[in-house]
Amino acid sequence: MPAPLVEFLQFLFSGITSGAIYALVALGFALIYNASHVINFAQGEFVMLGGMVTWALLSQGIDLPLAIAGAVALTMVVGLALEKLAIEPARNADVVTLIIITIGAGIFLRGLTSVTLGKDLHALPSFSGDEPLSLLGATIMPQSLWILGVTAGIVVLLHGFFNYTLLGKAILATSHNRLAARLVGINVSFVLLLSFGLSALLGAVAGILIAPITATHFEVGIMLGLKGFAAAILGGLGNGVGAIVGGLLLGLIESLGAGYISSDYKDAMAFVVILGVLFFMPSGLFGRRGTERV
Amino acid sequence: MLEIQGLTSHYGRIQALEGVDLTIAEGELVALVGANGAGKTTLLRCISGVQPVTGGRILFEGRDITRAAPQSRVALGICQVPEGRQVFGPLSVEDNLKLGAFRRRGKRVADDLERMYTRFPVLKEKRKQPAGTLSGGQQQMLAICRALMAHPRLLLLDEPSMGLAPLLVGEIFNTVELLKEQGTTLFLVEQNAYAALGIADRGYVLETGGVVLSDTGAALLENARVKEAYLGL
Ligand SMILES: Nc1ncnc2c1ncn2[C@@H]1O[C@H](COP(=O)(O)OP(=O)(O)OP(=O)(O)O)[C@@H](O)[C@H]1O
Ligand SMILES: [Mg+2]
Repeated sequence: MPAPLVEFLQFLFSGITSGAIYALVALGFALIYNASHVINFAQGEFVMLGGMVTWALLSQGIDLPLAIAGAVALTMVVGLALEKLAIEPARNADVVTLIIITIGAGIFLRGLTSVTLGKDLHALPSFSGDEPLSLLGATIMPQSLWILGVTAGIVVLLHGFFNYTLLGKAILATSHNRLAARLVGINVSFVLLLSFGLSALLGAVAGILIAPITATHFEVGIMLGLKGFAAAILGGLGNGVGAIVGGLLLGLIESLGAGYISSDYKDAMAFVVILGVLFFMPSGLFGRRGTERV
Repeated sequence: MLEIQGLTSHYGRIQALEGVDLTIAEGELVALVGANGAGKTTLLRCISGVQPVTGGRILFEGRDITRAAPQSRVALGICQVPEGRQVFGPLSVEDNLKLGAFRRRGKRVADDLERMYTRFPVLKEKRKQPAGTLSGGQQQMLAICRALMAHPRLLLLDEPSMGLAPLLVGEIFNTVELLKEQGTTLFLVEQNAYAALGIADRGYVLETGGVVLSDTGAALLENARVKEAYLGL
């Protein structure tokens, strides 16, 4: 295959890989936004906790699969606690107040992690080795395949949950019309709790999947959270399909931009996307046609 | 069946209900009439538990439910067809109906779904379509059916005929009478006071947050004050 094409493929692979991670983070934003209209700025901390807690458990001699399960479970507990202890008691406050609470919670979680787990950078081992695979002349790391596979699996599960289960539909109903949802007997506090638990799960999984590639640190959540947010608004906040497309697009913009323009601006792309969306299409690619399926 | 004592409710500092007393017996069809802003919707929302009560009590079959969560009231059989229909627009007609039965599980839900479809064939025809694409009248039928899916023992209807063509209004009132014959207890809020009091066993007149009159439906229709204020006679 001609060299420029191979190079392009290489950028493509790396773009989809990080794009899948952004998509998971963006889905987390979408879930909570739909249930409560709150933008959860502690979403990045779920990502950070996934990676950091997995590392901490591994360093205690626990096997990788068990460490992953433990980290996901603990992050979900943190997500549920955040809803129960900080959001639920303030549920009559306006949305801006709730958003500020999530920013505070994010700062608290970063501080707590740096105190208990330290401020060092840690790499997780790749799930199935570091032997690059060759695909159409370009190379792809096995960890990238894990990322794509797990993300695809999660998307399929979420799709099934929201389209084929009554509980999933109850969540959609709540996000569309809270009053009517309460009148048919949906416990909207439970829906909110569930959305925080699910978002924490998505965040933790993203953080664990990416940690073998980019390493983890008590502050990784800041940038990953921001990029997930950029992906979410690019796709249209609260739109599930939009979150996935937005994530993949942002990943591609980043990697193609870094490859063909300059890698100095890689992290700046997310900001450019946020500003561009806010200026030129505030409702994102998939707009707000009412509340869409997640 | 339902007993309301000295109920008050506020929106911030604005008082919307100023001590409402009202009772509904099992099997009765009770109408509530009153001008715009009298507090009718607020009262129904308090009964369903989606509007904070600031004073007084609500008893359902002797049990104090003043502070009960909305979902436990639905489980007790208190269901509401809200003002303005409030269907779940992006969800399909069928999903709207299934969500009406959210508090009930089991295969009897499928039988109920069929009964709704038999009664309103247009809903069956459009069952896969987003509820938001239905016409106003069809959405009102859907909102009523959604509430019926919960097997209400007390059904609260908030202006079900609002904004509908006369033919559809007739159909709504026929449905209400049919439900009464089948034994459902009904509390009907209506702007169309003439039609509502005409089919009601008893009626209440609400003015600025308080009950000012209550009598049988027929007597209220003859009442001079009601005639002047609500029947335009
Ligand atoms: N969300 C709200 N915030 C503040 N005040 C409200 C709110 N909803 C209703 N009110 C006020 O409470 C009073 C009662 O309103 P309510 O909607 O219960 O009246 P209603 O009898 O149902 O009127 P309508 O016939 O127009 O439906 C009105 O004065 C109204 O202005
Ligand atoms: Mg009203």
